[in-house]
Amino acid sequence: MKQIESSLYQIYKEMLSNYLESKNEHTLYSAQQFSKEMIEQDMSPEDMISLHLSVFREIIQYVPDDVEDSFDVLLEVMVGYGLAHREHQSLRDRQRELESELNVAAQMQQSLLPSDPPSNENGVELGLISVPAGKMSGDYYHYMTDDHGRLGVAVADVIGKGVPAALCMSMIKYAIDSLPEQRLQPGPLLENVNRVVEQNIDNHMFITMVYGFYDPDVHQFHYAGAGHEPGFFYRAKTDTFEDLKTKGLVLGLSKKTSYNEYVAEVELNDMIVLLSDGVTECRYGNDFIERDQITALIRKYSHLTAQEIVENVYRDLERLQSFQLRDDFTLLILRRNM
Amino acid sequence: MNLELQVQERENESTVFLQGEVDVYTASTLKESLLPLTEKQDEKVVVDLSEVDYIDSTGLGIFIGALKSTDKHGSSLKLVGLNDRVSRLFDITGLNEVMDIEEGKREEA
Repeated sequence: MKQIESSLYQIYKEMLSNYLESKNEHTLYSAQQFSKEMIEQDMSPEDMISLHLSVFREIIQYVPDDVEDSFDVLLEVMVGYGLAHREHQSLRDRQRELESELNVAAQMQQSLLPSDPPSNENGVELGLISVPAGKMSGDYYHYMTDDHGRLGVAVADVIGKGVPAALCMSMIKYAIDSLPEQRLQPGPLLENVNRVVEQNIDNHMFITMVYGFYDPDVHQFHYAGAGHEPGFFYRAKTDTFEDLKTKGLVLGLSKKTSYNEYVAEVELNDMIVLLSDGVTECRYGNDFIERDQITALIRKYSHLTAQEIVENVYRDLERLQSFQLRDDFTLLILRRNM
Repeated sequence: MNLELQVQERENESTVFLQGEVDVYTASTLKESLLPLTEKQDEKVVVDLSEVDYIDSTGLGIFIGALKSTDKHGSSLKLVGLNDRVSRLFDITGLNEVMDIEEGKREEA
């Protein structure tokens, strides 16, 4: 430490005498560099002033008493700055800690979501993209093929975003996992999840969710929704989009809620589009994106694979909002291709 | 965007006039005023949304919390003057089925 101090002293002395002799700008630039180094080494503002005074004394031999005394005042003032600086330092450390905790939590959350990429089997193709607005997401998605070759898909959206939403999201995962497989009919599934959510959620929170499965034997999509933003059904034959409307109350409000089940006949190249309200609540300036802008984007990329469609739609919408997501964004497309 | 809030209290009835956006930034303001009103037994609470352009999901959560509170305390909640965008939100979430909602501009009494 002594060594560092003495070498700092030397550097500073050289800089100061240089400047006093030549008054050149280059020296001032080195002073800027020097201050960065000092901050790095946790040197307080008051120590810096003491250093200046001792170097100054040595260089000019005689410092007038008034000037010398004025430094007492300056030093006192700088003590306050020093305290603020140390507080800033400790907040910065604390923030780094929090950030790394949050990173661990975000990784854990990732492990709650399906880890294998969506497979394209049984005559359907699945594309999915889910991007949190912050580090953690309040959107949940799920896809799974059961023993009968039926592909179940879900998108759920927890009110709000960030950590509170993410904590709630895990509840959906456990609620679905705890159901025996024969219970995966959409209506009863939502009713079960609702019971779990209702018991475990804060009064002002709720979750919206849509769940459905595609049965490749009969080419039908069975689905039910709990207050969720309607998805789309794309008919390839007529090249048109319809709203995938469902009636049903949000999860978490009332224990006794029941959910209607709907069936859609799926023909070759038809698409089912599920999304979270982060997609439809996209805002650019003061405008909201309209639903037909989303379907126009899907149509624009419909010659690509389902995965490429969702990625391209996301990219375009992200650009439209100047790369600032306001809400978690999840888009899922299922397409019959056999 | 801000939320302006005015409460008019009469005997057993209070009307909350809102103006602006009910979103993640303003929701707590609404919660602080609305929730205590619903905690009075037999109180009829009316929320006038004629001047509200936008409600996000956090804002919606406040109305859900208020609804739960009316069940618990024996009060009632009514929403009036919803514009199309706001009305659509209550429609999608199924809340229009469980809440007392009067659409369109409210006639002056």
